[in-house]
Amino acid sequence: MNSREKILKDIVANKPVLTELTDWVAPKSIQSTTLVGDFEKLLVSLHSKVNHLSSKNDLLKEVDELRAQYPFVIDTIHAEGEPRKNIQQLDARSLESLDVAIIEGRLGVAENGAIWLTETNMLNRLLPFICKHLVLVIDAENIVADMHEAYKKIRIDEDGYGVFISGPSKTADIEQSLVIGAHGPLTLTVYIISNHS
Amino acid sequence: MGTVEHAKAAGRFIADEPRTNWHDETLWFVRQKRDHAASLLNGWEELRERASQIKNHVLSNLDQYLIQFEKNAIANGAIIHWAADAEEHNQIVHGIIKNAGVTRLVKSKSMLTEECHLNHFLSGQGIEVVDTDLGERIVQFRKEPPSHIVLPAIHLKKQDVSETFHEHLHTEKGNNDPNYLTGAARQHLRNEFIQSKVAITGVNFAVAETGGIVVCTNEGNADMGVHAAKIHIACMGIEKIIPKAGDLSVFLRLLARSATGQPITTYSSHFHRPDKEKQLHIVIVDNGRTQQLGRPDFRNSLKCIRCGACFNTCPVYRRSGGHSYHNAVAGPIGSILAPNIDMRKNADLPFASTLCGSCSNVCPVKIDIHDQLWKWRQILVKEGHVAMGKKIMMQSMAFLLSRPKLYRFAGKWGRKIMQSVPILVSNKLNPWYKQREMPEPPKQSFNEWYKQNKK
Repeated sequence: MNSREKILKDIVANKPVLTELTDWVAPKSIQSTTLVGDFEKLLVSLHSKVNHLSSKNDLLKEVDELRAQYPFVIDTIHAEGEPRKNIQQLDARSLESLDVAIIEGRLGVAENGAIWLTETNMLNRLLPFICKHLVLVIDAENIVADMHEAYKKIRIDEDGYGVFISGPSKTADIEQSLVIGAHGPLTLTVYIISNHS
Repeated sequence: MGTVEHAKAAGRFIADEPRTNWHDETLWFVRQKRDHAASLLNGWEELRERASQIKNHVLSNLDQYLIQFEKNAIANGAIIHWAADAEEHNQIVHGIIKNAGVTRLVKSKSMLTEECHLNHFLSGQGIEVVDTDLGERIVQFRKEPPSHIVLPAIHLKKQDVSETFHEHLHTEKGNNDPNYLTGAARQHLRNEFIQSKVAITGVNFAVAETGGIVVCTNEGNADMGVHAAKIHIACMGIEKIIPKAGDLSVFLRLLARSATGQPITTYSSHFHRPDKEKQLHIVIVDNGRTQQLGRPDFRNSLKCIRCGACFNTCPVYRRSGGHSYHNAVAGPIGSILAPNIDMRKNADLPFASTLCGSCSNVCPVKIDIHDQLWKWRQILVKEGHVAMGKKIMMQSMAFLLSRPKLYRFAGKWGRKIMQSVPILVSNKLNPWYKQREMPEPPKQSFNEWYKQNKK
């Protein structure tokens, strides 16, 4: 008998009587009129910067400013064709000096400031982690109240990889002193796009 | 292996009083942050109840969920391995690494690999594991195990870290600034991430419905390691399974709030399919878990999501430090998991508790931790794993307490002796005298007082 069979057999022999799991509706966690405000408040409290834009077109200007400021910027939102393919192929060594990555988030969660993004958004799984400064862009209409609503709206296996990000990387492993910028980005800036024109 | 009993090891820990107080207060502060986070959430108790129900349900149908998970994970392109015990787990992981032809790799936090002593095993095979969680890297440099499942270096002060980094990373001597020290570790570990072909991670949740795994970190070290590497090895205990994607909402809402008071970890990563030309291996491990499943009184310890809330609240843990527990998982939850694996070696752990019940109150999945501690004590005494002194004491107490006349007689003489010859109890041979003054003996017993005063 191999280990798989042995483990499964031991479980069958030892498990308790089946308890059914009934459907459940989570208690409402947040007033829906304050979604964007709560989302922003949470992000700021988790050490992120928040900017508002009135349309996605305004984003290009912001990207240009970042490009002027930093030598190595990857904008996954506006990348098409050949550059897009190139981004997908970059490995850790070639991304080591990446200053800024700009990525569109699918969905934001007001209760914890988390933003869901998947491989389709990031093009390369390393980007949101290896860059020094991460810029996420989120449509105000895609902000939901809590994690229950979030998981209703996303399909976690739609892409090979997806992640909720709620701030810059951080640690408090030395004497519980909070240090922003552990292994991932040192800063997170979130652009919230509202008022569609 | 010479294991020092919890009480003895704790005695050494508390010898440094300022440090003990710092440890105690710091963990209590984390507990308060947890309380604050829970109070901000509408329906916290309902959430705990739901989490508990999901986990109970999973344990009652675990074989089917594992089969479902395996089928879906394979369809996603993952390679599934099954390990009956720590030894087999280590062999499997070693086999994958050997095949990849590497001798150095990165690993993010995984209490399972600690439990299996994977690093030690691999080092014997000539393979160096670099732990990438900052706290774990610190204790790894110091050749110590983590002292807390969420805060691995909580037993250390920044001066200790500074000295350790000066020795291993050549940081400035005497520079104790956590920003500076973290920056040095970031640089050092970046190089490791970029060079490593293999990355090992733990698993927080495995979703049966989709065949994917979820890993939660604040530092981003799991993701840096996995995405930079060619091969991802994820190690999980059989109890990590949850039925559906939607269940993640319940657990992700509870996990970070219970652990550190954060609303969510910085990164909650969902791995389903390996990247192009890369491999995802998932090692599913038993190592005593099916045996624990067969113990009706203790099986629901398998519901644990490793948040560490029971550590932070425990008056004994806070004042004895994680190393006193001589087990990969310390604290109250570790004390009910450890005797399942080795009753004799861990017989002291269920006694490292005041049974105050605070652990059960903060547990996000409602494990009856303090009840189980008490139940383990009874089994350990019955099975003869408790020191003869303690056993005789308990038996004589039982003898005395069940004989009212003798009890009254003994009480009277006890009071008299404490009044006239206090040295007989206030001496170093009496463990109750350590670190405390004995109470002043009352003039009479309550019984005597009642007889005089009743009308």
